[in-house]
Amino acid sequence: MHEMALTESIVEIALEEALKQGARRVTRVFLDVGALSAVEPEALEFCFAAVACGTAAEGARLEIARTLGAGWCLDCERSVPLAERFGACPECGRYRVQMTSGDELKIREMEID
Amino acid sequence: MCSVCGCGEAQIVLDKDKAGAHAHAHGPHDHPHDHDHDHHHHGEDGAIDYGKGIAGAHVPGLSQERIVRIERDILSKNDAYARDNRRAFAARGVFALNFVSSPGSGKTSLLVRTIEALKERMAVTVIEGDQQTSNDAERIRATGAPAIQINTGKGCHLDAHMVGHALETLAPPPGSALFIENVGNLVCPAAFDLGEAHKVVVLSVTEGEDKPLKYPDMFAAADLLLLNKSDLLPHLDFDVGACLANALRVNPRLQTLIVSAKTGEGLAAFVAWIEASAARRAADMARG
Repeated sequence: MHEMALTESIVEIALEEALKQGARRVTRVFLDVGALSAVEPEALEFCFAAVACGTAAEGARLEIARTLGAGWCLDCERSVPLAERFGACPECGRYRVQMTSGDELKIREMEID
Repeated sequence: MCSVCGCGEAQIVLDKDKAGAHAHAHGPHDHPHDHDHDHHHHGEDGAIDYGKGIAGAHVPGLSQERIVRIERDILSKNDAYARDNRRAFAARGVFALNFVSSPGSGKTSLLVRTIEALKERMAVTVIEGDQQTSNDAERIRATGAPAIQINTGKGCHLDAHMVGHALETLAPPPGSALFIENVGNLVCPAAFDLGEAHKVVVLSVTEGEDKPLKYPDMFAAADLLLLNKSDLLPHLDFDVGACLANALRVNPRLQTLIVSAKTGEGLAAFVAWIEASAARRAADMARG
């Protein structure tokens, strides 16, 4: 999986923002990670500690909010929960569901010192 | 990635020329020190709120720390590099394809055959991505097409920044096709835009009809599926119809071609697809 590359990107963005804010260090980073995004939060946490080491984000905590998968079923004409990407509508069993949320991969905010 | 230019930990090796070797500076490094209070902010109603974005607002006696809103996609760095690549391709009229597949699907053999069939009509250059060795670039160069190898080291995919570096050296000529052969992996390369016109996913008939359902992101991200090694079909129980149905379930807009790098079946159609797609893209660019 590509958690390592994603983590490098998270740390890079966090350090960039910290520099802009004149912060001495980053103490917490808040992420939105969709349940359908094919990213393991545990792997992100593991990589984060390693990547942040030796930077102003060293020792920062990663707070990961999981957003649930949802989609719009074209046949039922309503929003339905989605357990897997490109999965069937739990109501009608058909596959005409357009994903509306659950693939987020975002840095929402961070706490700096 | 480093904070200077976004280089990853992976070493970018362009042939023997280490284009990625520059100093990696880090931001200011303060040693962590302990605080004896929690780092959150109390609202007037006593609620603990991390999400108000109170940048710059100190709460005396509580904490020097502040929350800043960022709201940036984690992949935004890569996407910015991809936009630069896409702009460079458009400016030079380069038609770029990003070939993705699992290892052993026959991508390199397919590219060699395709280049042989295409090179009289269109100049072709190639970027080869692998964790190690430059074997694939050498196979491509044997066709006469200029090729550059990117070794990603531990990296499981090419990113747009690596491709941008490779372009500086490769300098694809105007009006040419650029084939980017990604690292063999059906998961990670789906998430990393390289600036290509289309992702082309290669699946071989020795792999199983349900690959599109097992790795849906890749098939959803692609515009064309090449079902390779069709010469082996008589020896296998592979159900072509079921495979294509699975692929269309995750991506109803996916175009599909059945090909064989060994016998050349379907390659004329693929070459025609490349020429037609390149012409359409050039026309789109001309219209702005």
